[in-house]
Amino acid sequence: MLLTLTTNHTPATDLGYLLFKHPGKAQAFSTASGTAHVFYPRADEDECTAALLLEVDPIALVRGRRNDAFTLGQYVNDRPYAAGSMLAVALSSVFRTAMIGRCDQRPGLAATPIPLRIRVPAAPCWAGPDMAERLFAPLGWRVDARPVPLDTEFPEWGDSRYLDLRIEGELKLSDALKHLYVLLPVMDGAKHYWVGEDEIEKLLRAGDGWLSGHPERDLISLRYLAHRRGYQRTALDRLAELDGGTEAEPVDVLPEAAVLAEDKPEPLSATRRRAVLDALREVRAHRVLDLGCGGGALLRDLLADPTFTEIVGCDVSAGALDAAQRRLRLDQLPDRARDRVALRQSSVTYTDPALAGYDAAVLMEVVEHVDASRLPALERAVFGTANPRHVIVTTPNAEYNVLYPNLPAGKMRHTDHRFEWTRARFQDWAQGVADRCGYTVRYAPVGPEDPVHGPSTQLAVFSRKEAA
Amino acid sequence: MDLPIPDMSLVVLIGASGSGKSTFARKHFAPTQVLSSDYFRGLVSDDENDQSASADAFDALHYIAGKRLSAGKVTVIDATNVQREPREQLIKLAREHHVLPVAIVLDIPEAVCVRRNAERPDRDFGAHVVKRHRAELRRALGSLQREGFRKVHVLRGESEVDEARIVPERLNNDLRDQTGPFDVIGDIHGCRAELEELLGELGYAITRDDQGRSVGARHPEGRRAVFVGDLVDRGPDTPGVLRLVMGMVEAGDALAVCGNHEQKLVRAMRGRKVTVAHGLAESLAQLGEESDEYRARVEAFCDGLISHYRLDGGNLVVAHAGLPQAYHGRASGRVRSFALYGDTTGETDEYGLPVRYPWANDYRGRAMVLYGHTPVVDPEWVNGTMCLDTGCVFGGKLTALRYPERETVSVKAHQVWYEPTRPLAPPDPFGGREPSTLALSDVVGKRVVDTGTMGQITVRGEQAASALEVMSRFAVDPRWLLYLPPTMAPTPTRADGELLEHPTEAFADFRSRGVREVLCEEKHMGSRAVVLLTRDESVAPARFGIDGDGAVHTRTGRPFFDEDLTGRLLTRVRAAATEAGLWAELDTDWMLLDAELMPWSAKASALITDQYAAVGAAAGVALPAAADALAEAAGRGVDVADLLARTRSRETNATDFRAAYRRYCWPTDGLDGVRLAPFQILAAQATVFHDRPHTWHLTIADRLRAADPDLFAVTRNLVVDTEDAGSVGAGVRWWTELTEAGGEGMVVKPAANHLPKTQPGVKVRGREYLRIIYGPDYTEPANLSRLRDRNLGHKRSLALREYALGLEGLARLTRGEPLWRVHECVFAVLALESEPVDPRL
Repeated sequence: MLLTLTTNHTPATDLGYLLFKHPGKAQAFSTASGTAHVFYPRADEDECTAALLLEVDPIALVRGRRNDAFTLGQYVNDRPYAAGSMLAVALSSVFRTAMIGRCDQRPGLAATPIPLRIRVPAAPCWAGPDMAERLFAPLGWRVDARPVPLDTEFPEWGDSRYLDLRIEGELKLSDALKHLYVLLPVMDGAKHYWVGEDEIEKLLRAGDGWLSGHPERDLISLRYLAHRRGYQRTALDRLAELDGGTEAEPVDVLPEAAVLAEDKPEPLSATRRRAVLDALREVRAHRVLDLGCGGGALLRDLLADPTFTEIVGCDVSAGALDAAQRRLRLDQLPDRARDRVALRQSSVTYTDPALAGYDAAVLMEVVEHVDASRLPALERAVFGTANPRHVIVTTPNAEYNVLYPNLPAGKMRHTDHRFEWTRARFQDWAQGVADRCGYTVRYAPVGPEDPVHGPSTQLAVFSRKEAA
Repeated sequence: MDLPIPDMSLVVLIGASGSGKSTFARKHFAPTQVLSSDYFRGLVSDDENDQSASADAFDALHYIAGKRLSAGKVTVIDATNVQREPREQLIKLAREHHVLPVAIVLDIPEAVCVRRNAERPDRDFGAHVVKRHRAELRRALGSLQREGFRKVHVLRGESEVDEARIVPERLNNDLRDQTGPFDVIGDIHGCRAELEELLGELGYAITRDDQGRSVGARHPEGRRAVFVGDLVDRGPDTPGVLRLVMGMVEAGDALAVCGNHEQKLVRAMRGRKVTVAHGLAESLAQLGEESDEYRARVEAFCDGLISHYRLDGGNLVVAHAGLPQAYHGRASGRVRSFALYGDTTGETDEYGLPVRYPWANDYRGRAMVLYGHTPVVDPEWVNGTMCLDTGCVFGGKLTALRYPERETVSVKAHQVWYEPTRPLAPPDPFGGREPSTLALSDVVGKRVVDTGTMGQITVRGEQAASALEVMSRFAVDPRWLLYLPPTMAPTPTRADGELLEHPTEAFADFRSRGVREVLCEEKHMGSRAVVLLTRDESVAPARFGIDGDGAVHTRTGRPFFDEDLTGRLLTRVRAAATEAGLWAELDTDWMLLDAELMPWSAKASALITDQYAAVGAAAGVALPAAADALAEAAGRGVDVADLLARTRSRETNATDFRAAYRRYCWPTDGLDGVRLAPFQILAAQATVFHDRPHTWHLTIADRLRAADPDLFAVTRNLVVDTEDAGSVGAGVRWWTELTEAGGEGMVVKPAANHLPKTQPGVKVRGREYLRIIYGPDYTEPANLSRLRDRNLGHKRSLALREYALGLEGLARLTRGEPLWRVHECVFAVLALESEPVDPRL
């Protein structure tokens, strides 16, 4: 991975003083991410270019990390080529003094903006060339970011996530290095960048003087710190890879902030939870199953209300249950609170008699994650075997999708959604389930409601006939 | 004195302190059979005589006793048990586990007990304790039977105790020594003509009395009929049915279990107050025409009927209304009641009839359970159980199941003899055919799967946990998912040179394990695909309990294509199978194919673009720029020669890397461009084909290809004799040419196919293909030398275990075992695949 830094300041060779690296030599430094070489392709009065080339040994890189080195992605990846977070780490280590802005030989120059041209030929960027513009332009850089095609032999594959990034401007060298140090990882977003506890500290130091005024400040902080993965997914990643899938975590196509809610400060997910809680209270449920509890957001709300005397959070993902365990701080709860809640790995497509006999089961945003062909299995497991007195189901209303400006037409709200139902389709399914399983069903809107397209989320309350 | 002790019983010793219970128990029972209160007192308190620990000690004792009884083990309670309350608790425990409580009383004179206690230093309590025990015992003696003990043996005095002998006694439901073959016949309800017809159909010769009435039937090959009960009521000739059945049973040609109608008939004949309904009136009227003598015979026969039988080593259970696993071979009122009436949910349906709990859906026992009681239109397997009541008296048919052949034989009712209260087969959203939903307990937690080829294979709980998520979120319906292919180990690593893998090691490996003839198969550049193919749309509902015409799934059970494309692919494969004449040849209406589907990009496009092409793109722009910068610096006289050379070499590697993955990519449009290379017929109908030589499988593949050359790809192959240097050399050349032309490599398999404890195949991958696996720069000498240090042991062991699980699943499938038994194996393969093993192997 390569980065070149050029100046036409006269004399240009002063760049050597600023960087603390002699233009006539090639030097090698051992850094946390590999061997960093610094050399000058050109160094004369008019123009001087310093190059930072990081040589990564991918085999050595995985050898020390036995625990999570069990997916192919750990072995064949872009680390030896792409200039992302690893290059940023090398940059800060090799040019530490220059980044601070100290230059004993040319103290004045270090504090002076000089013309700079920087090229990063393979800069990974998760959101395309616009992102580079949004990140660098406000800091005074002119940005020329060209997407690199994935493979010229397969033009239909489109562009890769790499940019051939060129920026130029008149800035202090130390500022330029700090910008790169913070923004290359922000653009990268790759998961091999591990965020340690001291990273917030580092961000504040490197962002001193420019980050607070940056229009994308929140995005930068979030992205810089966001690469910590919620939970270990290695086993799943392995199985995905066997099929030639990727381990891409399913993502919300609609980030919460983009949800139409101008008149409501509350995000849709909170509105949804409130609607579910209201429905549970209305049917006087005390012993409640949260099927597909995920990270435990609803469990936390249920726990806060003592009328819910027995709360069981179920999820098919052991990782999600770990996350819920942490979120609820189960091990720190007082005994009496802890006795009210239990977590259990279970699946809505396998019958689980241990879930029988509850007042209510919640399927909040769950059915749309189940293949339509497997819904009869869900019906049998939840309505047949668990057979709670009430079942509360929420699912997106597909009709409402046209009202999301950020959602491309025909796209679903989440990459793992197998379907999104119109109101008619949902009610058709719900009525069928109710008829087959001995329930009655009623519907309620959740979230912002449009006179034509209906509410953004639809909710159904099933009640067992003899319980109604 | 002989003391008969039933096979499944809880033996309660009763006697005063010092009466010699422990000595008696030691003499007649194994140490593990005896649970002594003293011992349990010691366990919970370190002091066998600490009476304050008694409550905890008995808790623990009851717990262990419960576990033993649940497993059907004779258990002996060594405690004084002279008081009523502890005995009551033990009787309750026995009933909970449906075993018979038996009392053995040691009635020993007080003086003897006192003397014995005095001889023991730890028993320093006075003689008054023995005196009290004796008094309590005397009071108990008269009431033990009434308390619920099914047998009470009283041993009076030391000599009787000394002479006592325990005689194990078989329960009357235990006919495990009778191995059949049997013809199990469903509810008859007085339909004598149909019964005679069915027996004839089954090959029995009917004998008649001088009035021409059928009084017996015998099968020339010694087969025996087993009647599931409800011989009587509703139909036209209950006495005739009874005459025939009683004759068969008495002559040893048949067995019969009791139905609820026989039970009620006996009560009615004895003049008990019963509601005369459900066709009882007809029976009583018809029997009224018969002689007193005949009626007495009927009453005795029906009264003597056992509620269920265990047959054939426990592999077959017959009970009128079915029987869950926990009740097999047990005896209690609850067991009898279930066997006669079944389980009800406590609700009634719209016809006012009780709603029956579908116990068979939860059934997970190994024994086949055959029953009747609830009329169905057609008999269907549900978890290894089958209801044979096909409503003959209501105008349906009379059905028998041949055991062990598992074939049903039916004759139509001659007319509607009795109008049903409700239509046959009431609408049941979940009942009927093989349930679509398996139980969580079928798959989660630590599991030990018994396999025919490798014994027990363990799946750890956390492996199952990972697999549960994948199976639940991504896999096709379990009714389609009958097999997952095992992982495959690579050839042993080449020790030196420019290659990591080479055929020489693979051939040598098989030779060293005594495999002389191997088959080299071209390794296709695609994705593994398992194809479940049915002859037409009627097959899957009947055979697999699901609508549709088949499935195509990946090696982790995901659907390969969307529904439409899958349907079109299956149509093509079906047409080819038909043209190749495979249905008749394999005598089947479904088959399971193991295949490779190409191109790789058809399924793995995400992996290719996100990972491989992305790496290529980054390298393709970064390395030339780096080389240029270094060349410029070198031009200025800076010493970067080594770094420049390395960078140039990596640039070449990156170019080769791109070339390697590009070979796997070609555009497809629908089925256009899709190629399928089947290489093994896994199973069809009742056969697993793992013992047919690979050339047999490839010949069938060739015939499919001949039928549809556009879809099917040929699998090039070569037989190699590992003992013959010339043949080995030819194999090496074949592989070299294959891989140098851009091929992925080959798989070397024992030519004979399945061999015990032998890898079913090892892969030998080409130099350029491995670039995709080990990274663009793996061929650099410094990298190669480190990569040679790879451990294949775990991978090979995993490959063998997964292979054995796969075969076991297929064996269960073709034996017609219930879905959960097949799914157990399929799930286990997926669970083992979540093992952390170097994915490059």
